[in-house]
Amino acid sequence: MRIKILVRLKGQILEPQGKVIEHSLNSLGFTEFSNIRQGKLIELDLPDNISKEEKAQKIDSACKKLLVNDIIEEYEVLG
Amino acid sequence: MSFKSAVITFPGSNCDRDALCYLKDLTKGEVHNIWHEETSLPKVDLVILPGGFSFGDYLRSGAMASKSKIIDEVVKHANDNRYLLGICNGFQILTEIGLLEGALIRNKKLKFLGKNCFIKKKFKNNFNLSIKDNQILQIPVAHNEGNFYCDSETLNLLKNNEQIAFEYCKGEFSNTEENINGSLEAIAGITNKKKNVLGMMPHPERAYSDFHQSQDGRLIIESLIS
Repeated sequence: MRIKILVRLKGQILEPQGKVIEHSLNSLGFTEFSNIRQGKLIELDLPDNISKEEKAQKIDSACKKLLVNDIIEEYEVLG
Repeated sequence: MSFKSAVITFPGSNCDRDALCYLKDLTKGEVHNIWHEETSLPKVDLVILPGGFSFGDYLRSGAMASKSKIIDEVVKHANDNRYLLGICNGFQILTEIGLLEGALIRNKKLKFLGKNCFIKKKFKNNFNLSIKDNQILQIPVAHNEGNFYCDSETLNLLKNNEQIAFEYCKGEFSNTEENINGSLEAIAGITNKKKNVLGMMPHPERAYSDFHQSQDGRLIIESLIS
C-alpha cells in the first residue's frame, strides 16, 4: 500500500518560502491567495498484509526517529 | 600534556580540511580525521563536527548525519565530559542528535549568507574564556539554515542555565545588521547544560591564519587550551 505523509512547519514558525511564493502569486494576479505555507510530502510503500496497528506504529516510529523534527514540524498521514 | 582532537567527515562536509588545519596549527597536538562510518573514536580532548552540506542537506540539514554510525561514539565522547564543537552544519547535526536544544531553520530573508559577521559572547563557558566581555569578534558565516528557533520554555532554560555562548551583534561596518539571519534573540551559538558541547553558526576555522581577514577564531581554541 502507498503511504503519504505530509510534513509541515508548525503554525507559529516563520515559513519564508511560503511568503515568497505568495508574493509571486500576488504579482501574477492571484491576489486572493494569502497565508501560503510550503511543506513536504513523503511517499512510501508498505506491504499490504501489514495490520492497521502495526502500520500506524511503524509510521509513527519512522516519523519520530527521522522523518520529522518535532521541535519545528508536525505531520499527518494521508489516506 | 598535548591537546588531542578529531574532526568527523561526512559525505558533503566541506570544512573538514579547514577544521583539521585549524586544529593542527593552533593545538600543535595530535589531530585525527574520522570518517562517519567508523565505529570507534580515539580518546581526544575535542571533537569537531565540521561545516558543509552533509548528505546534501536532504530531508533537513544535519538530519541524515545525526544517524551516522560514528554518532554513538560522539555522544559517548560528550557524555564523558570532553569537548564537542559543531560548526555550522555541525551545529545543525548537534540539534538533530538532541545534544543541543532547539533547531536551525531557514534564514529569515531566505538568502544564503556568505559573509563576515560580528558576534560577542553572552555567557561564559570554557569555549569563550579568552574572549573579553563586549569584545566583538569578526567571524565569517556561510549558511542557508542558521535561524535559531526553540519554544519559549526552552529559551528560558537556555537563559537560566547560561547556555547562550554567542550572539550576533553590530560590527564595525555601518551596513552590518544586528541579527543577520533572524535567530531568536540573535543567538549565534549555544552550549549544552554541562557546557562541554558548543554549536555555533559562524566559522572560527575560517578566521585564524595570517591569510584570513580576521584571526578572532583563534580565541575559541585558545580558550580550550588555556
